[in-house]
Amino acid sequence: MALNIEGTIEGSSQLIGGDFTTAGEASTLLKVKLTELGVAEDIIRRAAIATFEAEMNVVIYAAAGWLHYYISPQGIRIRIEDMGPGIADIGLAMQEGYSTAPDWVREMGWGAGMGLPNMKRNSDVFTIDSVVGEGTTVEMVINFP
Amino acid sequence: MTLKEIADILGATFITEPDNPDLHIRSACSSDMMSAVLYYHSPDSLLITGLTQLHVVRTAEIAGIISIVFVMNKRPDERAIELAGQKKIPLLTTPCCMYTASGRLFRAGLPGCSHK
Amino acid sequence: MKLLDVANALSLEVKSFKDGLQKDVTGAYVSDLLSDVMANSKQGNIWITLQTHLNIVAVASMKGLAGIVIVNGRQVQEEVLKRAEEEKMPIMVTQMPAFEIAGKLYRLLA
Repeated sequence: MALNIEGTIEGSSQLIGGDFTTAGEASTLLKVKLTELGVAEDIIRRAAIATFEAEMNVVIYAAAGWLHYYISPQGIRIRIEDMGPGIADIGLAMQEGYSTAPDWVREMGWGAGMGLPNMKRNSDVFTIDSVVGEGTTVEMVINFP
Repeated sequence: MTLKEIADILGATFITEPDNPDLHIRSACSSDMMSAVLYYHSPDSLLITGLTQLHVVRTAEIAGIISIVFVMNKRPDERAIELAGQKKIPLLTTPCCMYTASGRLFRAGLPGCSHK
Repeated sequence: MKLLDVANALSLEVKSFKDGLQKDVTGAYVSDLLSDVMANSKQGNIWITLQTHLNIVAVASMKGLAGIVIVNGRQVQEEVLKRAEEEKMPIMVTQMPAFEIAGKLYRLLA
């Protein structure tokens, strides 16, 4: 199916820390948008998974955050910025299996140390910046074939 | 394997009635960790889990899981049931634990989600 | 059946407390939730999980489980293996996902 995209289509959602019931809504909105635009299913899946993991990180660790997306004829760029504790050692945090999640988070099915690796794996370009005590910004680009 | 066959093998009951009880399931994933579901998902697969929160249904939807079986007679709350209804993801509940549910379905020929 | 027979039959990679392979296996439990394992696993069970967190050793030890099988080829930290050695708890690793290793073990123990 031909892509129906002209210029850049933008959108954003506010993310609320600790709110497990609305977590995933921003990813679902993006998914719906991409489907409307005729984007291939596997690309939508990658974008939705990467975005959902990023959303969950905000819900689990931060007070609040924003998700912005930009869809162009070349691909999707997703930026998630949060007001959270920040990550002291990004190299360690990117390691599969490493997690600082407390027990209650693990009991809810998160914190297996796969979130950041999962985001990276589903992106063509993945960047992460973090300042301890201020917050974390993740940017992911998924190119259209 | 069809959804109806799975329900029979597990002695499971439908929490939300499927539009199509002959829906074809190609593989299964047994997990309580949602990132693992997002990581190892396969198309047209079944999630077997002990977690019942709303975000389990969301995870399933995002990972392309087409049905969920809750083990040990667990039932999700109304909001999760409602979301599953909207997303057309049939929910089942079985008295089996995750080990027995996995064992029976594997014995009946259902493969696991591909390991990548 | 002995844990050793299970480990051999399913090609599990034994990472800690090899002496424990002489333990008898009473069945298995699959879960990634520690509270669930505390509540529902039985003595002598093999615990199949994706969790590699340090607390898995304490839970398995308190419940008298035969051993822990980590799925999907996940890496287990040295700290966890060291604790498992102290607590006399065999930790084994498989490349298979939980559904598949549970399926094979179910067939083996049936």
